[in-house]
Amino acid sequence: MSAALLIDFGSTYTKLRAVDLAERRVLGSGQGPSTVATDIMIGMQAALADLERRLGGLPAFRYRLASSSAAGGLRMVTVGLVRELTAEAARRAALGAGAKLVGTFAYRLTASDINAIHELAPDILLLAGGTDGGNSEVVIANARRLGATGLACPVVYAGNRAAAEDACAALAGKTVIVAGNVMPEFNVLDIEPARAAIRQVFIDRIVRAKGIDRAQSAFDAVLMPTPAAVMEGARLLADGIGGRGGLGPLVVVDPGGATTDVHSVADGAPAANVVAVGLPEPRIKRTVEGDLGMRHNAATIADVAGLERLAGETGLSAGRATALLDSVARDVGWLPRTAEEIAFEQALACAAVKHAVARHCGTIETVHTVHGPVTVQHGKDLSHVNAVIGTGGAIVASPNPGGILAMTLADPLEPLSLRPAAPRLLLDRHYLLYACGLLNTVDPQAALELALAHLEPIAGENTHERTRRA
Amino acid sequence: MAANQRTLVTGVIGSDTHIVGNRILSMALEKSGYKVVSLGALTPAGDFVKAAIETAADAILVSSLYGQGELDCRGFRDLCVEAGLDHILLYVGGNLIVGKHPWPAVEKIFLDMGFDRAAPPGTRVETVIEWLHEDFATRDRDLRRALD
Repeated sequence: MSAALLIDFGSTYTKLRAVDLAERRVLGSGQGPSTVATDIMIGMQAALADLERRLGGLPAFRYRLASSSAAGGLRMVTVGLVRELTAEAARRAALGAGAKLVGTFAYRLTASDINAIHELAPDILLLAGGTDGGNSEVVIANARRLGATGLACPVVYAGNRAAAEDACAALAGKTVIVAGNVMPEFNVLDIEPARAAIRQVFIDRIVRAKGIDRAQSAFDAVLMPTPAAVMEGARLLADGIGGRGGLGPLVVVDPGGATTDVHSVADGAPAANVVAVGLPEPRIKRTVEGDLGMRHNAATIADVAGLERLAGETGLSAGRATALLDSVARDVGWLPRTAEEIAFEQALACAAVKHAVARHCGTIETVHTVHGPVTVQHGKDLSHVNAVIGTGGAIVASPNPGGILAMTLADPLEPLSLRPAAPRLLLDRHYLLYACGLLNTVDPQAALELALAHLEPIAGENTHERTRRA
Repeated sequence: MAANQRTLVTGVIGSDTHIVGNRILSMALEKSGYKVVSLGALTPAGDFVKAAIETAADAILVSSLYGQGELDCRGFRDLCVEAGLDHILLYVGGNLIVGKHPWPAVEKIFLDMGFDRAAPPGTRVETVIEWLHEDFATRDRDLRRALD
């Protein structure tokens, strides 16, 4: 048997998936605590023991590949010039590399910005600003300010190419990696080189800096941050191999404890007679909603969705809903048990997914011109994606995952939002997206078939109806 | 790209879709050696300024063909100053105001708004290129004088 072990060094758990490459099936999974703060090997051994117990012995693994979001994930700060232009491009590059954005800055860094960056102590700083041959003053000034601080992290420079040498000189003494400009020409986005540079720094330095390399006897390589692995899995599922065998354009939604991530693999181009405005959209796009987290940021889900409404949907009193919200936010390990708690958890997940996907998807508006009305599009048109895939504990553990995924769908009452109209709804019940993203690097065919075989089609039932009936 | 090549931002301001003239102008300017960042039709005033910052533009050329130019361009210079583009050249041209007004009156409105040049309908591309040539020369002279 040819087997592979896919490891996710997570922030709470060390998760393992053992797969049979020839049979394209999951052999089993194992889980241990995340022990990166002390010795990552403790959690790894616990997870391996768990897996061994379930399998009745460990096979010889041909590949042992890992992703990591341990020790706070890949914490990044981005700096650009104009907020909507190079600063936004830098943000997208960092998110696309699977980073956790802890700070985004634009224009000239002030003394208080510098202090803030110092306190954030990111793992990597991405410095952009200016198109090639465009503004060099600000990016060089920012490099000087950063150069004068004790900031220890590597800097990826992805700004005006004409200013790269001066910026590097200003950052002398620090580790600087120069990548292609995130916006080489005005309104032309080129985030791939910066993304690749970030991933390389992650592999070369961050894995060691976070102490993950202490478990290196247990794996062959830590290839990428876990969100990047999920994204790779999504890309493989959408595109297939050589453009064949994939599901086509799709959206992945992942409500987690701290954030809700949404990935889309789709060009999102406007329909005929619609004019796209704003920054061009990356085909593979990841957004992270920091105010929509099922545990750490449950209180802000309630702020966004409205507590009364959440309470109303679950048939709870406002007081009871507030009390539940408190217990959720206080204890990140909280698990719903009673019917009331399960309904509340469901309402939280629905709200998080609904708002995260609505923010990820583009919108249209009508502009009146002398020639009559013109429809303009901001962001990606995802109304025609073939599939929406739900992953993450909140969806998998739900008694009604279809109800949560139905929240991603277009709503006739909100015709200006370009959400999926009639996709297949699929559940990543075995949490395989990250594993397939990792496996894709060594055996794409197996990774694709494994993912396709294990995604579960579900019906998009209206959650509110269900709740009322229950 | 030549190191001393000047960068111009062009576009049609406001809810105006008349792109043809602006495109011809942009092509001609490119041909005469400028780097042109062309924003196209339906461009809000703020987007001209943002593009000019990132590209370190030397001039912004605003087109308005549908008669609402006075409304759309109000405060344009202030936006530039606010964004730190104190010395940028600003041109405006097209059918700037609805109705029949003598050109000198229209021109005055736009020069008072802080535009360096205003071009009436029918202005030739060559004229614009000459203006740019003159105005950049004057600006360089002024900057040198300020440094001396």
